[in-house]
Amino acid sequence: MNPSESSERTPMSGPNTNYDPVEVSALDPANIDGAVQDALSAIAAAASLDELKAVRIAHQGEKSPLALANREIGALPPSAKAEAGKRVGHARGRVGQAVTARQTELEAERDARILVDERVDVTVPALRREPGSRHPIELVAQRLVDAFVGMGWEVAEGPELESEWLNFDALNLGPDHPARQMQDTFFLDPVDSGLVLRTQTSPVQIRTMLEQEPPIYVVAPGKVFRTDDLDATHTPVFHQIECLAIDKGLTMAHLRGALDAFVRIMFGEETRTRVRANYFPFTEPSMETDFLCFACHGEETWGTAEPCRTCGGSGWIELGGSGMVNRKVLRTCGIDPEVYSGFAFGLGIERALQLRHGVRGMHEIVEGDVRFSQQFGMGV
Amino acid sequence: MRLPLSWLAEYTDLAPGTRGADVAASLVRVGLEEEDLHGGDITGPLVVGRVLSFELEPQKNGKTIRWCTVDVGQNGQMLTEGKHQEIVCGAHNFEVGDLVVCVLPGAVLPGGFVISARKTYGHVSNGMICAEDEIGLGEDHEGIIVLSRLLGEEKAATLQPGDDAIALLGLGEETVETNVTPDRGYCFSVRGLAREYWHAQGSPEGGYRDPADVVTPPAGVGGYAVELKDDSPIEGNDGCDRYVARIVRGIDPTRPSPAWMTKRLTQMGMRPISLAVDVTNYVMLAVGQPLHAFDVERLSGSIVVRRARAGESLTTLDDVERTLHADDLLITDGGERPLAIAGVMGGASSEVSETTTDVLIEAAHFDPTTVARSSRRHRLITEASKRFERGVDPKVTAAAAQLAVDLLVAHGGGTVDAGVTDVDRTTDRTAYLLDVTEPARIVGVDYPRERVVRILRDLGCVVEESRDGADDTHVLVTPPSWRPDLVDAPDYAEEVARIDGYNNIPSITPTPSDGRGLTHARKARRVVADALAGAGLTEVLSYPFVSEDLADHLMLPADDDRRNAVRLANPLSEERPLLRTSILATLVDTLRRNVARGRKDVAIYELGLVFRPGGPVGTAPVPGVAARPDAETLERLYAAVPAQPRRAGILATGQAEQAGWWGPGRPADWSDMVAAVETVAAALAVPVAVANDPAHAPWHPGRCARITLVDGTLVGHAGELHPKVVAALDLPARTVAAEFDVDVLVAASAEPVQARPFSTFPPALTDIALLVGSDVAAADVEAALRSGAGEWLETVVLFDVYEGERIEAGHRSLAYRLTFRAPDRTLTTDEVNRFRDAAVAAAASATGAVQR
Repeated sequence: MNPSESSERTPMSGPNTNYDPVEVSALDPANIDGAVQDALSAIAAAASLDELKAVRIAHQGEKSPLALANREIGALPPSAKAEAGKRVGHARGRVGQAVTARQTELEAERDARILVDERVDVTVPALRREPGSRHPIELVAQRLVDAFVGMGWEVAEGPELESEWLNFDALNLGPDHPARQMQDTFFLDPVDSGLVLRTQTSPVQIRTMLEQEPPIYVVAPGKVFRTDDLDATHTPVFHQIECLAIDKGLTMAHLRGALDAFVRIMFGEETRTRVRANYFPFTEPSMETDFLCFACHGEETWGTAEPCRTCGGSGWIELGGSGMVNRKVLRTCGIDPEVYSGFAFGLGIERALQLRHGVRGMHEIVEGDVRFSQQFGMGV
Repeated sequence: MRLPLSWLAEYTDLAPGTRGADVAASLVRVGLEEEDLHGGDITGPLVVGRVLSFELEPQKNGKTIRWCTVDVGQNGQMLTEGKHQEIVCGAHNFEVGDLVVCVLPGAVLPGGFVISARKTYGHVSNGMICAEDEIGLGEDHEGIIVLSRLLGEEKAATLQPGDDAIALLGLGEETVETNVTPDRGYCFSVRGLAREYWHAQGSPEGGYRDPADVVTPPAGVGGYAVELKDDSPIEGNDGCDRYVARIVRGIDPTRPSPAWMTKRLTQMGMRPISLAVDVTNYVMLAVGQPLHAFDVERLSGSIVVRRARAGESLTTLDDVERTLHADDLLITDGGERPLAIAGVMGGASSEVSETTTDVLIEAAHFDPTTVARSSRRHRLITEASKRFERGVDPKVTAAAAQLAVDLLVAHGGGTVDAGVTDVDRTTDRTAYLLDVTEPARIVGVDYPRERVVRILRDLGCVVEESRDGADDTHVLVTPPSWRPDLVDAPDYAEEVARIDGYNNIPSITPTPSDGRGLTHARKARRVVADALAGAGLTEVLSYPFVSEDLADHLMLPADDDRRNAVRLANPLSEERPLLRTSILATLVDTLRRNVARGRKDVAIYELGLVFRPGGPVGTAPVPGVAARPDAETLERLYAAVPAQPRRAGILATGQAEQAGWWGPGRPADWSDMVAAVETVAAALAVPVAVANDPAHAPWHPGRCARITLVDGTLVGHAGELHPKVVAALDLPARTVAAEFDVDVLVAASAEPVQARPFSTFPPALTDIALLVGSDVAAADVEAALRSGAGEWLETVVLFDVYEGERIEAGHRSLAYRLTFRAPDRTLTTDEVNRFRDAAVAAAASATGAVQR
């Protein structure tokens, strides 16, 4: 239905003050009802916001039948105005409400359609640049450092190219000590320069004790060097982390407490340690620590069809050496062993990485194949 | 060190049914780490066989096998088929007639390996001829066991095909192998290990029988003349402080060693050789005293122990002629002819032979340092040197000699000379005044006084009440002669803890009170590492070893400090004797490896130390260790250690951004490298400046950025590598790189960032296009704009660079958007125009820029 059709049925009347509103055709109730019905049908039929706009102009606009009827009211005698005004106003209100309702409906439909139209396949690749990642050796070291720092320890560090005295002599490893022969050391040229690539992170302990007053609680992560060829279990360049505590009244019980904290951090709350005597020149008494295998939880699978791959079947995993700092070492560092005692322990970070993350060999750790680091992201 | 259970049972009470694993577990409890278990896990038939014949049969895989017929006595195929055993063997170290060890079908070898007749190489092989490792006898897998070589001709002559090889080789019995730490030399003997086992059982009364507890005759007249003449002791210790010599004459050289002895030697991993040698080895294993047997016939004068002289040499038992060093301690014949390097190895000339009838047994005590140095100098680690280096019991000498002569007489006949030589200069150990509460203070377990005293006595210490008797917290402890490692309180504390049980030590978490968290440097370094990873780079680690020609490949100028590298005296590979002076030096290998593995797009970084001696390497002092070195010495010590700055290296090749549904990719270029360094600097909130650097190897002279702090301190370089470097190092074309000094950035970020206020009024934007010479750096133009634009300039953005037909040749157009903002009001157009003009004027005067 269009506006011209409806205007045919409601021909324009001139103003006439003497006529009864019912006799003014535009104000005839039937005509008004008709106009309302026409408008409502047109509104309902509007299929789009554009069509609705046209309907609105036709049925609500200045030239719409109801607008024209409204204009006729002015010509009525005052007695008739109220009734006619009420009738027209009511009619216009109905049309207005219907337009608004349809408008809302159509807008909702449009909005919904836009969302459908804008749909994409979000499963196509989104990363235009491969994300970077950290090396897990650094991440494991960081994790251990953080745990100890959380317990109030501090971090110490020292050079990788180190004096022989700090790497050996000061640690009670004299030139003829059998243990000094066990370590395959990279010496600098000329050999009498007294410089080596450090074979352990322990010289950091000496530096710390020489430079700081007790109490000392430090953790020293770092790179160390031995003249081993690369194979599944050896690498000439690897990483250790060492802890040193010097204070009044420290005993092997504190050492064990620190070791327990250490393994819980790395391998979970379930684990525990067992300790036995061992020998290291820089500690006396010395201690070797095993911890309960986190994979088989200490179940002995030795000699069975499937021995535990993590611990080899014994139920325990060797952690590393430790002990009470040798009094000779304390004296060398100017610390009075009558007043202070202390302990030290350390372990290989490669080994911790291998155990904790199931890294099988040493090659992937040292080769720098990006696929290895990428598995670990930015934190482990 | 190995420990056969039957031998252990001789010296201790071994409960019936005790297994090797139980013994190993006991020893672990007292600190002797288990290395291995041998024997006890074989089920026969494992028999002696004689090789009757074999045919060589070449195989398709290149191997040649031997198709053997072996006489195994009344066993195997002889019983079932009435013929000799037919076995395929891959080894070639035997001949027809040799006695070998055969494992026959039905047997089970160590590791649960079940033997059955099986088809292989076109034959049915009825078992195997065994190598040492297959039956758990040793590590050797070079060839199969030939019994005449393993047990000696004499012993082999007594064997018959079909004899049980399990009993013969002692394989039916378990042998525990333990690792002996350097402080426990006494555990290189069954005597010592048995003692430890006894301790692990709680040291029951009478439960340990010391094999060295034998009666020895006193030294007297008639002994072989021995003189100890060490005129240059090392560190004041005589090279030899005890020398016992005993002579047995009239031994029948054809008599073999008794079976029980050869079996034990085999179990211990040693080869039986001859009675005299076997006896010395057996006694050494029993009580830990290395012995040497000299052929008396081959001695002409007295035995003189002295240091070597210049120019002397000795051909040792292993047939190597060794030039001797003045520190080597020698056993000499009459003071002249060297007979042996003391405590290390004997000489060939005085060796006992198959005709030796008169034997001189040497049991001596040598200084550990002297032996250690000789052993190291001559690269000779022997059973003797291993023990002397770690300390041999100086009181067991005479007993060991007695045990040896007794065995020689018993099994070789002959008689012992009445004369006994025992030159004894050993001194008794002095008593140590031990505070009995000290073990508790060190260990953290409250050991009662009686417990401490009891443990020390069990260990063999003599414990006496303190002299004045009134002080019951102190006792006088004299350690046993075999424990040179027991010196002061911590040593005794360890023993108390060890015997009482390390697992009795409680666990107390230490609680430091004033930790200050991570240092700024460590935090900042993490920011650097994380920022680089966040920028899409993957962290890797590389070895710091580089080749000598790398500096040339990197095109480093002759005077470049990076050519000043530290050299290793003993590099792993002679091809890489130097330590890196830059990270890129070793990171290139990692890039190449990734590319070689088929990866085209690689973006990696490494953080690490580089070694910059800055000149010839000096000599680090080696102060004494008795006390803290003085300040000046420490200063020199620290100063002698070359500088090791911490640097970061970055390398990238291939696509920085991948091609995909969004369009083409973007190759990594010089700007990614500059951006990476800028990203790190921004992550640390450190402002940096970038300049073109036309001369910094190994970069492309036209594509290298020099990055500095705003005060001019060098941070590093970034850009594209020089094409010649790329070619020399076999890198992908257009590889880009950056390297910077992490320490510089870390230091620059140390001060807390001071916040600047910012305005909330609307910004005013204005665009300008400047025509500049092509050689004018954009960074300079920007700096000039900034300097001229006044304080309300907020940002300068270079949004377009144009070079081409529309402008004058040799020039380029730089289009900038300047943003201004005042702190307190909205700027007027006039103001903004004025600022803009001032900025342009500054750029014009600084760089010749002309506004377009």
